[in-house]
Amino acid sequence: MTKETHEIYVFGTCLIDLLRPEAGMAALRLLERAGFRPLFPQAQSCCGQPAFNSGYRHEARAVARAQLAAFARELPVVVPSASCAGMIRNHWPALFAGEPEEAQARALAARTFELCEFLDRAGLVLQDRGESVRVALHHSCSARRETRTTASAERLLEQLSGVECLAPAHAEECCGFGGTFAIKQDALSAAMADSKCDAVLATSAERLLSQDAGCLLHLQGRLAQRGDTLPVQHIAEFLWERIA
Amino acid sequence: MNVPGSMTTLRARVREALGKAPVRRNFRAAMDGIRAKRAAALPDATDFAQRRARAAAIRARALARLPELLERLEQRLEANGIQVHWAEDATQANAIVLDLLHRAGARSVIKGKSMVSEETGLNDALGEAGVAVVESDLGEYIVQLAGEPPSHIVAPAIHKNRHEVAALFQAHHPQREATEDIEGLTAEARQVLRRRFAQADAGISGVNFLVAETGTLVLVENEGNGRLSTSAPPLHIAITGIEKVIERLDELPPLLDLLTRSATGQPITTYVNFISGPRRADELDGPREVHLVLLDNGRARIHADPLFADTLRCIRCGSCINHCPVYVQVGGHAYGSVYPGPIGALLEPQRLGLEAGGSLTSACTLCGACGDVCPVAIPLPGLINQLRAEGVEPRPDSPLPDAGRLRHRGEALLWRLWATIYAHPHRYRWLARLLTALRRLAPRRLGAWTRWREAPRPAARDLHRPGARSGVLR
Ligand code: SF4
Repeated sequence: MTKETHEIYVFGTCLIDLLRPEAGMAALRLLERAGFRPLFPQAQSCCGQPAFNSGYRHEARAVARAQLAAFARELPVVVPSASCAGMIRNHWPALFAGEPEEAQARALAARTFELCEFLDRAGLVLQDRGESVRVALHHSCSARRETRTTASAERLLEQLSGVECLAPAHAEECCGFGGTFAIKQDALSAAMADSKCDAVLATSAERLLSQDAGCLLHLQGRLAQRGDTLPVQHIAEFLWERIA
Repeated sequence: MNVPGSMTTLRARVREALGKAPVRRNFRAAMDGIRAKRAAALPDATDFAQRRARAAAIRARALARLPELLERLEQRLEANGIQVHWAEDATQANAIVLDLLHRAGARSVIKGKSMVSEETGLNDALGEAGVAVVESDLGEYIVQLAGEPPSHIVAPAIHKNRHEVAALFQAHHPQREATEDIEGLTAEARQVLRRRFAQADAGISGVNFLVAETGTLVLVENEGNGRLSTSAPPLHIAITGIEKVIERLDELPPLLDLLTRSATGQPITTYVNFISGPRRADELDGPREVHLVLLDNGRARIHADPLFADTLRCIRCGSCINHCPVYVQVGGHAYGSVYPGPIGALLEPQRLGLEAGGSLTSACTLCGACGDVCPVAIPLPGLINQLRAEGVEPRPDSPLPDAGRLRHRGEALLWRLWATIYAHPHRYRWLARLLTALRRLAPRRLGAWTRWREAPRPAARDLHRPGARSGVLR
């Protein structure tokens, strides 16, 4: 393989870009460690999901269209967020149905991967250098159902000899983030977060991980408001921290 | 009436439901039980996928030929001696039922579980006309005593624990010895209801499936009350939606199998009733007259809409409701609709119009759990999301009542502003720079977000800057 074929795109996502760039950096480093040359197009912003899930498809399309231009080359697009990966993969083709960009959107959907899925498929070998720790992996709904990539995340964590992965009760259940749901139905969203937080705290996990920045933001914000001190981390950050 | 109505009322009901901590704990346990049963009854994902593909195909085929099958059904039913009545809306359906009761001189009715009669508000209509109605299904009977609507389409009293039921029974059956034991309570209800069956002038029931080929009404149940209400009184009136028809009898077993497994985890229910006509001349029992009221109530309109017609595949198993993370927090009454949970969020806005029912789509995180378990593979999350779009940005020819009516200027403006920035790389970069530079000034309060959660802080440097160094600019 030439160096050229090792090039891949990274779509950082808007949340990670502005609120958790360290997760994005960790993703870039993990991809480099796996032997790729990650390209970070500067013209990227957001996959359009917030507007899409609020019914504003015209606006979602406008924003998604800009990403089509930013990721124009025929390279895999790796996304450190299952919900944004799921948006591109599962919803862009329909979002662009009948539009001039339909074929382009389909092609991009077909070459889009969630980070853990991509690393897992690439056969990244992780050498654990950290102290032993118990973690809980929050399966985001989009990792579980949109991209079906929770197993990839688990396989990556399993490689880490010092890490014990605990499953909280009702692990299959949504944490209540849901994008604008968190604002439109704020009390309901908080009640769901509380169920999730209680279940995680009931395990002896020392850290909460997820493949999704959205869920983390919501859960971390709720934990902090409740006065709970459980550290919360994007899985990319955690993986990098263990092997760096 | 408790219409789904505006966001504020939905929010108010949700708040009220969230405030009842002990009820919520009971309810959680009940829902966990139901989920576990379904999981045990459908343990293999591949097997479930195959079964549901078959079931979905049967339902889709029937819907594709709906007018033709309904015609066949009517002919076969009439040939069997079952009289068919068509109702366009709730008022008409209730009028038909009342008329049938009047003609038979019926003053008291025993009713088997029927969500469609909840949809038409039949009990109230009968009550106003001076006809006494008693619900025969235990769960329905409990909510009737409590003066509440069902909170679930399969398990109407799932929100009540046995202590509450015992208190209700004590208040309504004062002559009976008080008990809190489930068997005792069931026995008590049975004794009270048995007398009602014997006395009732008419029985009213719902229908699970209508078989066009044979002209059969199929009704599943576990308590035998449905069988009694449809066979003990001299008059039986069944009421159901027009979408319940299937073509052939041999299509029934795969549907029944998935219906009961999805609903209660049972491979089959205790009773499966096949009603194919009134009492014949040489028979000793059974009603002398059987009528079927076929209700449209918006279904024909939904059927004609290519985007949402799949909604009608629903076989009312309640599995989507059981697996909904919102429903499990607040229960069915918080929705304020006849059908709660995901199927309610999908069906009610179509049935009632987006103005009245559209806010229900906000009681959904689009987590996808419902879509995973639906035995007829209705893409619930996708359709609920599509409904949100119909509310604010409808198709030009959208047949949905009140399409576009949920668009609010302020919100629309915000999204336009958002798109104006996020669709233009330079503006977005400028925003990112501004946010990161002014991060120390970031507000600690962000409306509804910070009512429950601490505010997120913008990063010191957005990912674009290190991203550009680590990766390659293009
Ligand atoms: S939508 Fe599907 S899961 Fe929900 S009640 Fe109908 S058939 Fe059952």
